[in-house]
Amino acid sequence: MHVLTMARLTILEASRRKLLLALALLTLVVIVLTSWGFSRLPTMNGVTPAEVRVAASQLTILVAFMFSGVLALGATLVAAPSIASDIESGIALAILPRPIRRSEVLIGKWLGLAVLIALYAALSGVLEMVGIWWATAYLPPSPAVAITFVGAEGIVLMTLALLLSTRLAPMTGGVIALVLFFVGWIGGIALTIGQTFQNSTIINIGVGSRLLIPTDGLWHGAIFYLEPSDFLAAAQAAGRVRAGNPFFADSPLPLPYLVWIAAWILIVLVLANWSFARRDL
Amino acid sequence: MEAADAASLAVHTQDLAKRYGKTVALSGLTMSVRRAEVFGFLGPNGAGKTTAVKLLVGLARSSAGQAWVLGAPVGDLKTRRRLGYLPELFRYQGWMKASEVLSLHCELAGLPRAGWKAEIASALATVGLSERGDDRVEGFSKGMQQRLGLGVALLGRPELVLLDEPTSALDPVGRHDVREIIRQLKDRGTAVFLNSHLLSEVEQVCDRLAVVDRGRVIATGTMSQILGQDGAVRVRVTGLPPAGRAALRAYGNLEDEGQWLTFRGLSQERVPELVSEIVNQGGRVYAVEPRHETLEDRFLQLLKEQDG
Repeated sequence: MHVLTMARLTILEASRRKLLLALALLTLVVIVLTSWGFSRLPTMNGVTPAEVRVAASQLTILVAFMFSGVLALGATLVAAPSIASDIESGIALAILPRPIRRSEVLIGKWLGLAVLIALYAALSGVLEMVGIWWATAYLPPSPAVAITFVGAEGIVLMTLALLLSTRLAPMTGGVIALVLFFVGWIGGIALTIGQTFQNSTIINIGVGSRLLIPTDGLWHGAIFYLEPSDFLAAAQAAGRVRAGNPFFADSPLPLPYLVWIAAWILIVLVLANWSFARRDL
Repeated sequence: MEAADAASLAVHTQDLAKRYGKTVALSGLTMSVRRAEVFGFLGPNGAGKTTAVKLLVGLARSSAGQAWVLGAPVGDLKTRRRLGYLPELFRYQGWMKASEVLSLHCELAGLPRAGWKAEIASALATVGLSERGDDRVEGFSKGMQQRLGLGVALLGRPELVLLDEPTSALDPVGRHDVREIIRQLKDRGTAVFLNSHLLSEVEQVCDRLAVVDRGRVIATGTMSQILGQDGAVRVRVTGLPPAGRAALRAYGNLEDEGQWLTFRGLSQERVPELVSEIVNQGGRVYAVEPRHETLEDRFLQLLKEQDG
């Protein structure tokens, strides 16, 4: 019951503090500008429709990367202070003596932030895809799945930042979450290099990194569903040349890995709850 | 004391202790607060007052000992419905209106939704914020935030209200208002646990009190039990040689301020004898002022005894 109260409070705070308005305005500007950029592709001298399609598909992946970055950074900046700043400011001192469990506060905040991330990913993703389709008549093969994975990437990082927020100052927790995000990204590049050159040590490091911080795994899951099949076949034929390309995925995410990501979120939430419940305020 | 006995009390602690690493914040706190009484909790900075309150409302976990609030072990979720708490250092969500903060706390306290409007209006009126209910908290002064905090603590007619330094940011009018609110709470049967180092405030409203120092109760009882029956007398003297001053120590605990000498623990019957002795020792007496011992005097004396 109180979980929904805290979730509502989290969303209301984002709205009242003008976070939603600022994000909406900036995102609209970005979508208008990128759509205009896409609309220039067919007008270039001597360009064929097939070339426009290849260029549009590659640019779509780059734009998705930008949105995944915005979501990851945004989710971290919002989640890292969520518990910590309530403790520092004394808001938690007024709320927690009420008949509310700390787990309800934590899960409520998580739920509110997850709704915000999912809404942002869905709305910005759909609008961007509509813009690209309007400008080039190109649509990636499975935009909905790709948008879902980009949103999930934000939720994974937000969950990690929330765990850190139960013990660390907002600044410290935020920096650690972002460092881990980029370490995960480099780990993903290492994995593709290791797979291409069949080096088991590098593969193990890469797999370990994807298991510990699944953000890059989700990003590659999103890329796969943005790649047209002919482009995918051509890239696979290129062999070693594609090694280490962080904007290419040659296979979908296996189901066990998706199950692991769900379990990862659950484990981190349980850890966050355990940590918050034991903290003296 | 067993839990069943603790049920008749608003608060009962037994050897309650709290350590933060190597720092001992509270060591063996044993005290009882009765229902419908105003209980003052006094102590110097760092004595463990706020730590004790945080343990009672479940914000921190004790390292040893036991505590009951309204008959239930501390932290009990259902019992927290019957508690009101004003933290010492707190803030409410600045982006919310005062009425929204109160509404949120009505919801968290589990009050029936139909009664929220009346509860909020009553709380705002009690703390003098009726005109500011629709204003955002971020525009409130520290004193107004403290008034709002008090309003939040009063929601739902709690059986026990814990106030941690409730007047630290208030002007004299605000302090007077808080004293009136505390008296009203007592009249309607609410126990009030007043954590304060403003001694005059405690002296005016509290039925009983405990003095804590270094995490331990060093004195507890009613105001008259704490102050003691013996008074003090202040005498203005000149021409008294050092040996004479030393001889006067037999008349009580002597505080020597040059021309002014204060004798504590001296019954009024012995005042003429004291004046006669001063004259015998060569002193010239200009003034003799019987003095009622204040809580501040007694408080300082208790702390001095601890240091001794």
